[in-house]
Amino acid sequence: MTALAESRRRPWILRRRTRRIVPVAILAAVFVFPFAVMLFTAFKTPGDVFSTPPALLPREWTLDNFAEAFDQIPFWRYLANTLFVSGMSVLGTIVSCPLVAYATAKVRWRGARPLLGAVLLTMMLPPQVTLIPVFLIWNGLGAVGTYLPLIVPAFLGTPFLIFMIRQFMVSVPDELIEAARIDGASEFRTYAQIVLPIARPAIVTAAVFQFVWSWTDFLNPLIYLGDPDQYTLSIGLYSFFGENDVAWGPLMAACVMFTLPAVAIFLVGQRFFIGGVSAGALK
Amino acid sequence: MRMTTIRRRRALTGLAFAAPFLMGFAIFIAYPIGASAFYSFTDFNLFQSPDWVGLQNYERLAQDSSFWKALANTFVLTATGVPLSIGIGIAGAHLLNLPVRGQPLFRALVYLPTIVPVVVGGYLWRWMLNSQYGFINYFLGLLGITGPGWLVQPEWTKPAIVLMTLWTVGGTMIIYLAALKDVPGELYEAAEIDGAGPFSRFLHITWPTISPVTLFQVIVNVIAWLQIFTQPYLLAQTRLNNASSGPGESMLTYAMYLFQNAFSFLKMGYASAMAWILFLLTLAVTLVILIGSRRWVHDGAR
Repeated sequence: MTALAESRRRPWILRRRTRRIVPVAILAAVFVFPFAVMLFTAFKTPGDVFSTPPALLPREWTLDNFAEAFDQIPFWRYLANTLFVSGMSVLGTIVSCPLVAYATAKVRWRGARPLLGAVLLTMMLPPQVTLIPVFLIWNGLGAVGTYLPLIVPAFLGTPFLIFMIRQFMVSVPDELIEAARIDGASEFRTYAQIVLPIARPAIVTAAVFQFVWSWTDFLNPLIYLGDPDQYTLSIGLYSFFGENDVAWGPLMAACVMFTLPAVAIFLVGQRFFIGGVSAGALK
Repeated sequence: MRMTTIRRRRALTGLAFAAPFLMGFAIFIAYPIGASAFYSFTDFNLFQSPDWVGLQNYERLAQDSSFWKALANTFVLTATGVPLSIGIGIAGAHLLNLPVRGQPLFRALVYLPTIVPVVVGGYLWRWMLNSQYGFINYFLGLLGITGPGWLVQPEWTKPAIVLMTLWTVGGTMIIYLAALKDVPGELYEAAEIDGAGPFSRFLHITWPTISPVTLFQVIVNVIAWLQIFTQPYLLAQTRLNNASSGPGESMLTYAMYLFQNAFSFLKMGYASAMAWILFLLTLAVTLVILIGSRRWVHDGAR
């Protein structure tokens, strides 16, 4: 009540506050606008999609584009494929990255520093340098046209995520680990029962990163998958492009369905995620 | 004697934990680096074993007009994209740092485009940039400007690529936001008492304090722009797995031309030579930035 009276007496405070929100809201609106276009186009009739001048909202709402999307491409198949690749990659990441991170952070051996160096070096290496020989390895193994090239690397550890988990593990107090060792716990038990539970936030962040990367990956499916039955959504969506025209309505409907899981994971893990981005960059 | 046993056990433990990465490093990093260097001196089409040709691939590249075109396109994109990413990143971080209601929501909204599948971003921007039905030209029309044929006119395709890529500048913004929080508040108060305006406060306090972050961001962004592939690939795409170069080769970036050579023309040796040139170029540019940074990076902590 007093606050209200106060603000009435001094209206410029309110105005300054409100004024400040305007540029922030405009900034957010600029970034969100393309999303809105995607979302509303997905609910437009063909007549509304091709209207000049363009209108953001559909005049007539329809679900036809979603039905069309399922008709024109094997959407569920592509979705299942994408989910399989992402799920397996996440599994690989949460199994391997903490192990390697532990070797650089908490095992006292001479290899800890060189190993960290190798991890950092790998992070810096342009992927084009290894692209062709790696393709030739998979080709030699007869694995081009399978999911192996998309999944196996995650089981061998992703440098950026190893580094992120390592930075977190370094802060686990050595006394805890020493105590477990004195109690006669094996190195692996110390790792699994003491360090892993503490490092859980970092591992969850790594899992979210890996999921989003695999979910949105374009280049690797493009290079390695040949059989349309194996396509992930990233490369499957091109089917909406015809010889002369593009089925924009159904394409946008499929885009909405493809984007939603990534956005959902992001919103759930948001706290971890944004923290992880800046922590990885600054430390 | 006992010490060495303990050491050896620890080394074995370390090796065991590091095993996945060590295997991956040997198979997918160390061997491929050597192999691609070797392939770059060979004629290799995937079906016959590599044929040693010495420096021929490099000599041919020097006379390949598409190679120079791709390199020039990539430089133009890097030279415009990096300053814009950094500038918008810093400006946006200042806005997101304002104490307004719903601040976490605004931050999330700005970051959101970076987790959208890049394919969705590509096709969405093709639609936004559609010269007849797209919103970009509609907005330009409201300002009295006749919008160009973004993806048809060679001189407008690069702005289109930059625009689409800047949509995902939220990551840089979030990093700068964290950096702004590390600027000591006392400094601003002191400057305000001295009568420094907002611009002078930015120039003399904020900019020097965040300069190490800027250095890191410049390097990361330069590397990313030099390797840019997916965004132009999607905007120019006319067939699923064939890198289209866009009108007048205006969208052909270095990484796209490398992809064409490797996977469309199956010139693995030629493409490997391109990969090594890119690698050395990236190293050289990074080094130049690092050396030049001594003049403008403020090393306050040390």
